[in-house]
Amino acid sequence: MRSFTYERASDAQAAARAVMDQPNAKFIAGGTNLLDLMKLQIETPAHLIDVSRLPLAKIEQTDSGLRIGALVRNSALAADRHVREVYPVLSEALLAGASGQLRNKATTGGNLLQRTRCFYFYNRDKPCNKREPGSGCSALEGINRNNAVLAANNTCIAVHPSDMAVAMMALNAKVETVSAAGTTRTITLNDFYTPPDTHPNIETQLKPGELITSVSLPPPPSGGQVYRKVRDRASYAFALVSVAVAGNQIALGGVAYKPWRASKAEAALGSGASPTAAAEAELIGAKGYGGNDFKIPLVRRIIASTLAQSREKSRA
Amino acid sequence: MSDKNPTDGPTRREFLQSVAAVAALSGVSSSDTFAAEPAQAMKPVIQKIQLDVNGTVRSLSVDTRTTLLDALREHLRLTGSKKGCDHGQCGACTVLVDDMRIVSCLSLAVMHEGDKITTVEGLGTSGKLHPMQAAFVEHDGFQCGYCTPGQICSAVGMLEEHRKGWPSHATADVAATSIALSDAEIRERMSGNLCRCAAYPNILAAIKDAGGIA
Repeated sequence: MRSFTYERASDAQAAARAVMDQPNAKFIAGGTNLLDLMKLQIETPAHLIDVSRLPLAKIEQTDSGLRIGALVRNSALAADRHVREVYPVLSEALLAGASGQLRNKATTGGNLLQRTRCFYFYNRDKPCNKREPGSGCSALEGINRNNAVLAANNTCIAVHPSDMAVAMMALNAKVETVSAAGTTRTITLNDFYTPPDTHPNIETQLKPGELITSVSLPPPPSGGQVYRKVRDRASYAFALVSVAVAGNQIALGGVAYKPWRASKAEAALGSGASPTAAAEAELIGAKGYGGNDFKIPLVRRIIASTLAQSREKSRA
Repeated sequence: MSDKNPTDGPTRREFLQSVAAVAALSGVSSSDTFAAEPAQAMKPVIQKIQLDVNGTVRSLSVDTRTTLLDALREHLRLTGSKKGCDHGQCGACTVLVDDMRIVSCLSLAVMHEGDKITTVEGLGTSGKLHPMQAAFVEHDGFQCGYCTPGQICSAVGMLEEHRKGWPSHATADVAATSIALSDAEIRERMSGNLCRCAAYPNILAAIKDAGGIA
């Protein structure tokens, strides 16, 4: 790990200013992803602003739904009584990710900002456009079992690794932020992540110093909610493919640079298509890279079966 | 607890620490050994912190890079917490921070000022074992023992999470108000602790015994 200076932030805006003011500064909250990457020198911040003690750890019911503070721990969010009853898909997604120890540390904001687990992003001996822009993408013809089948290009075929964010995407979540100047803004989760077109190292719309303060959820759609995850072992592994269903709203994990809203499938369902036909509609243009070809039929089947499961739940 | 008999020579740990101290005094830092180190690499940053460990407030000076695990093991000589992968994948370093289980390898010591930290050394003593420690002995819940302190701290934290009514991935209905701690529930909730010897059946039995689960 490279040396860095450390300070504990006193308030959100001061934290944003501190990151703005110093070159190569980063926020740290739970640290479960950032410290791992720092140990491997994939992330090499010179200054860390510890935001973990800021008063952003509340879960509040509001007139327009639910506001989840950026520092709410993944375990606390999964265990929240209101979340379990009203947004069970979110609780299920959180519980499908990581381990008990990591969920006790990982935060809501940090979960959204975690980096990909693409094999080559972690392997400093190999080219990776996300780690070192312009060096190339080793996954295209390498080990790409975990990589994207939707919205990827030859620059980068990495996937976003979060489970939580997939459920949030199905629930129409919005991300709320504050800047160093104190201005706040709200970004839909669907627009939050930027495609890997030219700069796969830049992953979100966040500007330097901009700090996530909360995630808000509108009331859930009517209908059943289910999170289903397929992985190489039964627990404590990242998704190969996952799907979150909330009523007729569908999002996919493990398939793209961001949690993927299956809007084409939703539209097809709305026009009376069968679940399988709806899944087919989403997969027009899907592309495998050899090791991940299996994801395309897997996505088709998992959408259809999870839709059926959510409809069963809705009737129950 | 003493590392060694006072009449013995230096332990391996003390020998390695003295070599490191000589290297530091002679101006050879570990970063100097990497020829390709970029110019902007900074000198180590040392910070003073206080940690409340097993009921005692301890003052120490640490490099900001020091993980909670390394602070416990290398600075405070609490070597019960083990370093397995050092990347949060194995759970051998699990400790309790404010009674919540975390992996101490993925947390910076400087971030824990003011927290209450409990390691396996703080759970019980050799004369008076914590019920979870006693159950691991009773049920032979280990072979080599390396993952055991992490398993025990994790199991203590896990039972507390269950007592609070937290669901898990193994819970059929996350909204359920009462969740029985079945074998599948325990295995899922303990999946962050790997045992390379695969002593899992006995670890499961020990946890059920200590947790009063039939």
